[in-house]
Amino acid sequence: MSEPTRSGVIHDIGYRHYDGPRLGRFAITRALTISSLRHAYGLGRTGKSKVMPILLLAVMVVPVVILVGVENAMKLEDPPIVPVNYIGYLQPVIGLYLASQAPQLFSRDLRYRSIVLYLARPPRSTDYVLAKLTALTAALMVLIGMPLVILYAGALLAKYDFVDMSKEFLTALATALLVSVLLAVIGGLIAATTPRRGFAVAAIIATLTVSFTAVITTTAILDPDVTMQGAAERYTQIASPFSLAQTLSRFVLRDRSDWMPTTQQGLVFAAAYILLVAVCVWGVNSRYAKVARG
Amino acid sequence: MPVIATVALSKRYPRVTALDELTVEVGSGVTGLVGANGAGKSTLLKILLGLIAPTAGSAIVLGHDVVTGGEAVRALVGYMPEHDCLPPDVSATEFVVHLGQMSGLPATAARERAADVLRHVGLDEARYRPMGGYSTGMKQRVKLAQALTHDPKLVLLDEPTNGLDPAGRDEMLTLVRRIGTEFGIPVLITSHLLGELEHVCDHIVVLDGGRLLRSESKAALTGETGVLAVEVRDLSGRDRLGAALARAGARAQAEGPLLLVEITGEETYDVVRDTIAELGLGLVRVEQHRHRLEEVFSV
Repeated sequence: MSEPTRSGVIHDIGYRHYDGPRLGRFAITRALTISSLRHAYGLGRTGKSKVMPILLLAVMVVPVVILVGVENAMKLEDPPIVPVNYIGYLQPVIGLYLASQAPQLFSRDLRYRSIVLYLARPPRSTDYVLAKLTALTAALMVLIGMPLVILYAGALLAKYDFVDMSKEFLTALATALLVSVLLAVIGGLIAATTPRRGFAVAAIIATLTVSFTAVITTTAILDPDVTMQGAAERYTQIASPFSLAQTLSRFVLRDRSDWMPTTQQGLVFAAAYILLVAVCVWGVNSRYAKVARG
Repeated sequence: MPVIATVALSKRYPRVTALDELTVEVGSGVTGLVGANGAGKSTLLKILLGLIAPTAGSAIVLGHDVVTGGEAVRALVGYMPEHDCLPPDVSATEFVVHLGQMSGLPATAARERAADVLRHVGLDEARYRPMGGYSTGMKQRVKLAQALTHDPKLVLLDEPTNGLDPAGRDEMLTLVRRIGTEFGIPVLITSHLLGELEHVCDHIVVLDGGRLLRSESKAALTGETGVLAVEVRDLSGRDRLGAALARAGARAQAEGPLLLVEITGEETYDVVRDTIAELGLGLVRVEQHRHRLEEVFSV
């Protein structure tokens, strides 16, 4: 419009109407989930926004690649690491990823008010919320799951016991899922409450660090010998997302690689987990319902 | 069947009544929704999209009740918000394709449509650049494109000329006019400036304090109190023309270099033309008086 027609420009053939298929809410929500997952790794966005997620993914993956190389080259008797423990070792990296990408998925549409364009379309705000939370969970699963898959492949290559390795791999994968869901809803809630990206990043890091430190210190005070036999130090593990998800996973999968909660304790952990997830999802959902009314 | 029909539509907040018993119909073509800030324009649009529920009354959009059929309405309506709503880190193409999918288009169709509408709104190579670097005019075009990308059966445009310079304003209004006529999509466009809507609208709805002040076709509005502004070469010519028109039975009044002639019907134009020709005056311009609609609504 602003420039006169130049040579080589395609001629205006007039407005064409669209009479092809129109998909329903479910298909739209799925499309939103996929595009959000892509965005969580910077795909389809500027080069700059790919740096952080790809870098963190590399930090997650490179150590296991080295590990797998070593165990295969040196023909080690036993695998040097239990997969599920790898999640615990790299929780700062996982936390950093959450802090950098949850605001991308949630704060961004609020800050630039593009959320309005979604709300003016068929999906409801709840669909939007579920799509975003699913995408963040999936993004975390990729981050945590990829090194686990490499570890598993390496272990099979090194011809360790297939049944043992598969069991360990699946245990780690299930733990990864519990961790991913919990982190996604917590990060989502924090990011959805503030349109300011910086605040969201800081708040997520603070939440994870404070809860982690609090659990570590309290446990150390209650249980200086690290026996994990007392109920008090066991229940303390509820207070941080990582220890909560890991303990619950051991309980559900009857995994005795670390202390095993009693049935009663396990049920308390399960209840705490479910309650926390439910409250966070409800929180994010009511936040967007309010935005829609805005 | 009207595109939009509301009956006694009201929206009350604890401290303010945003819409008060609004009963109005909007048909095809371009309809202007005029009112000062706070007159209830944006509230009306949100209710029509099914985003907020009315306190009382009902609204039917494209045959769907907005309260029970919000999803169906939103699938068929394109909405351009008043404020900025574009994330800076994606390109216009990427964004419009994505929003096409969010309206239910399959991925390939969304791509084709996005290319089509971006061309129609006149966005060139810039559409592959991140939108953070766009000018206001370009951003408005993208906002309009996303409202058209799913080939809606109605578009709601909230102050599309906001923040544009006069040239950009004219281009945007021309585009709006094309949407209503050439594209065949009914348009509801809001503005607090009456002057800019009179050129593009077929019908004008005026809101004031949440109430309907008037809803009429533009012809009806201008037919009653239309004023023609005529300018001829020099001031003596203006006076001679005024006198001649008075003899011919037309009401005319001088205002600066202009002669304002009341339009009583089609024949007024003929009388003015013939009189000027008879007197052999140098005609500078004949136009609809600029503030015509504002005078209408200042009552």
